[in-house]
Amino acid sequence: MFDIAKIRADFPLLNETVNEQPLVYLDSAATSQKPQAVIDALARFYSHENANVHRGRHTLSENATRNYEHTRTLLADYFSVKSNEIVWTKGATESINLIANGLASQLNPGDKIALSAIEHHANIVPWQQLAQRTGAQVIILPIESDLSINSEHCSEFITQQRPKIVAITHASNTLGNITDLAPIISACKAINAISVVDGAQAAMHLRPHLPEISCDFYVFSAHKMLGPTGLGGLYGRYELLNSLDVYQTGGEMIETVSLTQSTFRDAPGKFEAGTPNIAGVIAFAEAINYLTSLDFQHMRQHEHTVFAYAINQLAAIDGIRIYSNQECNIGNISFNYKDEHPFDLATLLDGFGVAVRSGHHCTQPIMSQLGIPGTVRASFALYNNKDDVDAFINALKNSIELLD
Amino acid sequence: MNSTFKAVTKDIEIAAGWQQKYRQIMLLGKQLPAMPDALKVDDALVKGCESKVWLYIEFDHSENSLVLAGDSDTRIVKGLLALILALYNGLTPEQAAQINAYDEFERLGLINHLSPSRGNGIKAMVDKIQTMAEQKR
Repeated sequence: MFDIAKIRADFPLLNETVNEQPLVYLDSAATSQKPQAVIDALARFYSHENANVHRGRHTLSENATRNYEHTRTLLADYFSVKSNEIVWTKGATESINLIANGLASQLNPGDKIALSAIEHHANIVPWQQLAQRTGAQVIILPIESDLSINSEHCSEFITQQRPKIVAITHASNTLGNITDLAPIISACKAINAISVVDGAQAAMHLRPHLPEISCDFYVFSAHKMLGPTGLGGLYGRYELLNSLDVYQTGGEMIETVSLTQSTFRDAPGKFEAGTPNIAGVIAFAEAINYLTSLDFQHMRQHEHTVFAYAINQLAAIDGIRIYSNQECNIGNISFNYKDEHPFDLATLLDGFGVAVRSGHHCTQPIMSQLGIPGTVRASFALYNNKDDVDAFINALKNSIELLD
Repeated sequence: MNSTFKAVTKDIEIAAGWQQKYRQIMLLGKQLPAMPDALKVDDALVKGCESKVWLYIEFDHSENSLVLAGDSDTRIVKGLLALILALYNGLTPEQAAQINAYDEFERLGLINHLSPSRGNGIKAMVDKIQTMAEQKR
């Protein structure tokens, strides 16, 4: 049973009004809302538990350390991996930067780094920078004319091109399309390519079983998984993870320091220099507990029902063009109305209390390919319901009327 | 306050509700002469806008006045741009410096479009014009 009324009651922000209208929040791809338990945990930490971790033998510090490490275990269980394979960062973007920088000394001039054409800028720019530094070359995986990723085509390309690294999204932030990763990862394994999967969008919706996906790295952002902002992390296959060059250096990550040289801890410690986002990590445990308290099949079923309902309603409006895959989708719908600028539509929708995003969504290559300035993106999460869709469609029709 | 601006804002002021207000703004944008594509060059783009805004600010020495022209690819921003042009066009630099665009947008109930986070570049446009006015004083 998926009790949507009870779930909605757990997210206080959903009761807000915006522009004197009840809020309809359809921007979860940008950041998810937080359940009360997460909000309470943040306040509880600062009110009663605040202390630094991994040092100090006093009770508060030991409790903070235990809770901090407990979240690592919870998340490792969530992904079905080992807790020493989870590194905390400030978000998916930093995670990709950490991996890209960490791989620098394993790259030689002429090595290839393959990316898909629909990646978020965060999964493009760090690789371009890495290529510039090392003399490696960025190559782009084939893309179908409807912007879908055909895994067979990509696998053939990987087999032919033999890239050293393949970085690909698990689900597109702009389109919501889910990538069929299995054939791509097998193609990587066959040529010993390192696979990096951007899970920023998929981590909450798909509850990925990482041993099954079998990628080398998987990055995520906590704030897109009901958790606090300023926190994210990565999974790395331990041996490979531990072989990465350190990204930042300083306190916390060292084993021994003399004035002339230092030795570093093993992963994940050596990648967590300085005082981490302790409150964020500890509160994130509540987000993971919240997600795992929900039956995954029921949650996905609910999300898909709301998504399919939205797609049907949208497609019925004359002049709407939907760019997203309408079957295999985490719940992000990119669309435009006739030749209207997405900015105008999003601004008018906001007037009706509907929060959507407009623009290129940090995926300018997609917009160039489509020859449009951007899209309107309505993105759904487990706490959205059909009433949200009705309010959205109603507001959209009224907005269109204002434009026509 | 110049008479053009008073004339163009009259309908916005009496608009009942935000929908009518936006309708009037978009109507203003529609009335703004389209800029020839040849002038829509990257150098004329106002930085920091989610939508594209091209803005030309010239100074007419014989009249000692600002001459403004602009365009945008979105209806709402183009309407807001039309308001700004009406507010500043033909003013002397001294007069322009006296204008507080924020107060005017506040009075029209449009202040949220001037916040830096809005990203539609209204603030950037006003800043660009004010900088020009400062230089010519």
